Amino acid sequence: MEALQSYWWFLISLLGALLVFLLFVQGGQTMLFCSHSSMTRNLKVNSLGRKWELTYTTLVVFGGAFFASFPLFYSTCFGGAYWLWMLILLSFILQAVSYEFRRKPGNLLGTRVYDAFLFFNGCAGCILLGVAVGMMIFGADFTVTKGNILDGGQPVISVWNPSHGLEAIFNWRNLLVGFTVLFLARTNAALYFINSIEEGTAFRARQRRAALVNGAVFVVLFLALVAVIFTSDGYGYDADGVISEVPYKYADNLMSLWWLGFIFVVGVVMVLYGLGKTAVRRVYNHGIVWTGAGTVLAILALMCLLGYNDTAFLPSVTDPQSSLTIRNSSSSYFTLKVMTWVSVLSPIVIAYIAVVWRKLSKPPLTPTELEHEHDAY
Amino acid sequence: MDELINVVDWSRWQFALTAIVHWLFVPLTIGLSLIIGIMETVYYRTRNEKWLRITKFWMTLFGINFACGVATGLILEFEFGTNWSNYSWFVGDIFGAPLAIEGIVAFFLESTFIAVMFFGWKRVSPRFHLAATWLTAIGVALSALWILVANAWMQYPAGMEFDPEQMRNVMVSFKDVVLSPVAVNKFFHTVLSGWVLGSVFVVGVSCWLLIKRNNRDFALRSIKVAGAVGLAGIVLTMWTGDGSAVEVSKYQPMKLAAMEGLYSGSEGQGLVAFGFVNTDKRPFDGQKAIHAEVSIPKGLSILARHDADAFVPGIEDLIRGYAVNESGDTVYKDVSYARRIEMGKTARQALRDYDAAMKRGDAAAMASAKRIIDDNFRYFGYGYLNAPEDAVPPVAVSFYSFRVMVMAGGYLLLFFIVVAWASWRRKVNLLQNRWFCILGLLTIPVVWICSEAGWVLAEVGRQPWTIEGLLPVNAAVSAISSGSVQTTFWLFVALFTVLLVAEVSIMVRHIRRKAETDMFYEPEK
Repeated sequence: MEALQSYWWFLISLLGALLVFLLFVQGGQTMLFCSHSSMTRNLKVNSLGRKWELTYTTLVVFGGAFFASFPLFYSTCFGGAYWLWMLILLSFILQAVSYEFRRKPGNLLGTRVYDAFLFFNGCAGCILLGVAVGMMIFGADFTVTKGNILDGGQPVISVWNPSHGLEAIFNWRNLLVGFTVLFLARTNAALYFINSIEEGTAFRARQRRAALVNGAVFVVLFLALVAVIFTSDGYGYDADGVISEVPYKYADNLMSLWWLGFIFVVGVVMVLYGLGKTAVRRVYNHGIVWTGAGTVLAILALMCLLGYNDTAFLPSVTDPQSSLTIRNSSSSYFTLKVMTWVSVLSPIVIAYIAVVWRKLSKPPLTPTELEHEHDAY
Repeated sequence: MDELINVVDWSRWQFALTAIVHWLFVPLTIGLSLIIGIMETVYYRTRNEKWLRITKFWMTLFGINFACGVATGLILEFEFGTNWSNYSWFVGDIFGAPLAIEGIVAFFLESTFIAVMFFGWKRVSPRFHLAATWLTAIGVALSALWILVANAWMQYPAGMEFDPEQMRNVMVSFKDVVLSPVAVNKFFHTVLSGWVLGSVFVVGVSCWLLIKRNNRDFALRSIKVAGAVGLAGIVLTMWTGDGSAVEVSKYQPMKLAAMEGLYSGSEGQGLVAFGFVNTDKRPFDGQKAIHAEVSIPKGLSILARHDADAFVPGIEDLIRGYAVNESGDTVYKDVSYARRIEMGKTARQALRDYDAAMKRGDAAAMASAKRIIDDNFRYFGYGYLNAPEDAVPPVAVSFYSFRVMVMAGGYLLLFFIVVAWASWRRKVNLLQNRWFCILGLLTIPVVWICSEAGWVLAEVGRQPWTIEGLLPVNAAVSAISSGSVQTTFWLFVALFTVLLVAEVSIMVRHIRRKAETDMFYEPEK
């Protein structure tokens, strides 16, 4: 059972890591208004538009997999942090239609409004998803009492802070995670544009500059975040499942699970290498490959650190015993086993995504191709 | 308690709104994905440029619609957590699995290959593109499969047992969940109805093109494909609909009684063909249930049991304890609803005792409480009801939605018989007849009303249960204020209205713009 719980936490972490990487779509959406011409903006939109559904689907699968493997998290966090998740959903609804509608005649609101929706989703999607991850690190204000289900008057097992997620948005540590994610997404987006759009050297130079500026901000925020996380206290549980506050829990996890620490460092180095090489070599256009892979590795390691080594992955600052761990919040052995068999399909899924990604990305998108595109966004 | 009822009601409204709006887009996606696949296959085999133009025209409409379906689908998935958090814990062990599998198996397939459909024409080979189109269609169908498995499980919970230690249900048989008779029937009924809806859309829009006269050949070719798909779809939908009626009579007899407005059943029970529901009627009050009733003799017995003389229990019979057995053959005296409420409360008390015994480590008391739970758990959800009448779904909504669905379905069968016959036998004059074209155009709203009515019946007819017999809606909600849910409800009303108007506007503009030119001779961009 414990092996299956750990395996599913790994898969959730992997999906989370892939989602953070794919948020480059959102990052790119925040850079649309910086475009020098409508053609440049359309190129960016269409380049991102070939990937937005992948980000969207990863978010949906992330939610579905969390539901299936750790239903108590789904029940507690989604029902509790109601406003946080509703704002996230709202921003993604606007994104889903904006690509398709923005330049279609009769779209009711006009192209600029749909582009503004994309901008909103870019900012809100990254920051609020970051806030949600922040809650998993720094805790939230909730209680879980399973026996409440027997109370006919108020039979709800998970009770959250009356602000229902708004309090999490205004927590500076959660916001630090959110803005770090935003600037990472913007950095990756600029590198993605360099790789996927061919619109002359001036365009490339602008994107290089954008990558470096956003990358610099990201590095500062990231260093601050790492310092905050690894000096923070966390919550851990003992052999009886009793949960208590543990000083420097995440730093301790990093030491105890040295192999995760190694992956984390490798990921960070890869991100910095991709950025550095793009800065040094003007014609280099594969920075996104390095920063993308590095992002996945670093976030994967970070997410694993939140749940492994007897750690509460959603600590309750009100009642530590209500904190969620991969042991007390998971599905049954049978369900995890069934789901594990299904997860065997994952390599096939990853393989066909890679094939299609390659086929649609080479050669880079050009203004000429866009002008002749039947279904351009 | 009032606040709880408010939250329950607003959460129901919000979920209903999202589901209804989502279902405006999904069946069109299901139907169009198949029709586009057929059209592109014809193009691939013949290399006739006309079929390529036809494929691209419908594909653009598919894309506009797909985006709205995706947008509303995301909310539905997350609303299980945001608005029905107790539900998510109580049955998440079973319900979550189909949702996750839907994502892994179906959503990635759709989202990956749909990009190839739209942007791959010049980047991949025609064979690869065709494969992408079909893989998208398969992804759409697989997506429907898993979400319908999840929905069917709520209507007919199978393959699970209750774990008192965790106070939740856990899966014990994946096969029973996936291959339950309700799930299999629901999948085919729903997907096939999507074929019908997509076909009506294609025929209706083509009729409009025929009225405009610039694209006669284009429209006739489209009608030929959609007519065949639509006829196959409606015949099979009716067949599986008949299966649904039998399943409902076996597993949700209260829903069947409500959709007939039947309070007191009989052998050889008639089917109400026409009538008005007496909305003041309550069980056992002696009032007439249906005004101006015109019935088909023995119709309901045949529909529900495939036996003209079979007994079909009404609402009052069911409350007294009549039930249909698993095989659906006989009706027997089971546990009355009053007794079920007692048993539900007994199960809850035993669960309290079990929890207390577990905390003090008393194994004997735990075993004793477990026995009581096992004996009574079948009616656990009834313990949350105050009176037997609370288990009766809204009769008027169930009654009318059933009739709307059936009558519209009957009309669609006739419609497609004519369309398929005329298009395949080349009765061009009929298809180009202005009145026939107007009829085709007017059939578009009819099919949507039919499809939505089916879901209204399925979901309203199973109230008050989120999971049949186990968890009523008032025990499934989240601990949020009704004000929060009201706010998001109105926010979604505004947002969905704008999206819907924008989608229809874009589609109409696209069709009208294309109709102004001859699409077969319009220069290819």
